[in-house]
Amino acid sequence: MSRTKPKVLAIASGGGHWVQLLRLRPAFEGCDVVFATAKEGYRADVGGAPFRVIVDANRSNKIGLLKSAWSIFSLLRKERPDVVISTGAAPGFFALKLGRLMGIRTIWVDSIANAEELSMSGAKAGSCADLWLTQWPHLAREGGPQWKGNVL
Amino acid sequence: MIFVTVGTDMPFDRMMKEIDRWVGETGRKDVFAQIGEGGWQPRHMPFVEFLEPVEFKKRFAESTLIVGHAGMGTILSALLHGKPILVMPKKASLGEHRNEHQTATAKRMMELGNVNVAFDETELRAKLDQVDDLRARDPIGPHASGGLVDGIRDFIFQARGNNRH
Repeated sequence: MSRTKPKVLAIASGGGHWVQLLRLRPAFEGCDVVFATAKEGYRADVGGAPFRVIVDANRSNKIGLLKSAWSIFSLLRKERPDVVISTGAAPGFFALKLGRLMGIRTIWVDSIANAEELSMSGAKAGSCADLWLTQWPHLAREGGPQWKGNVL
Repeated sequence: MIFVTVGTDMPFDRMMKEIDRWVGETGRKDVFAQIGEGGWQPRHMPFVEFLEPVEFKKRFAESTLIVGHAGMGTILSALLHGKPILVMPKKASLGEHRNEHQTATAKRMMELGNVNVAFDETELRAKLDQVDDLRARDPIGPHASGGLVDGIRDFIFQARGNNRH
């Protein structure tokens, strides 16, 4: 690797997932970070940092999911990050799944909204996350997600 | 100003109708609602379907109290802005959300002492009647800190040059 700083792709859908991702910014200090989410309107949240818009989708729309996955694949191919991190939901899962296939290291931080069980994306993300985190200590388990703290 | 919001999610007509009834009966003029796309339209308070993120933040900053669904975007925004917040969880059993996580979220956030929760319309009405007494805690910091941030940083920097650890 000739790059001096690790390159991080931080990706989430809008609303609460995006708010949580932004709260993790101190973790990316000293990295080249690219933010990606589903709405152009969030650009102002990242200051001058590189910002990309991807196609969002949820599991009730199959065609939408395909379009979303394609937009994320294109983004990964273009940006070639060292690490992908997501707080959810479906677009984050695609980014981890595809990223893993491309040899990129992956981090899943399950939303703090999932206090009783992992989200569906969060449970599936376990198979493709190198670092798999829940924000609730009672959901951490051996062979499952770890707990290191929450975004509050 | 009271800001009522459903965030970026689907409408939440059950909550909106109860709030609108309360506004009508009390004659309050200081309530503004964001109802979600295609949501039931209130009769007694001004509303919009959707707010761009910049406008959403502005509304938040200008409000003295937030009433909303128990979504984390809404809850975290209220904590960040140091505003008191009253939430009502959406129920998947009534077709309001894809799963029942909002009830659990609301309970846990209530236990942390940060959030006021109404679990149904009756409780919502009772809490609205005392809404002017709600006080916020100090705002949370702009970023997460501690173990979660450290753990992620360690992971990012730890295995540099290795493909897998």
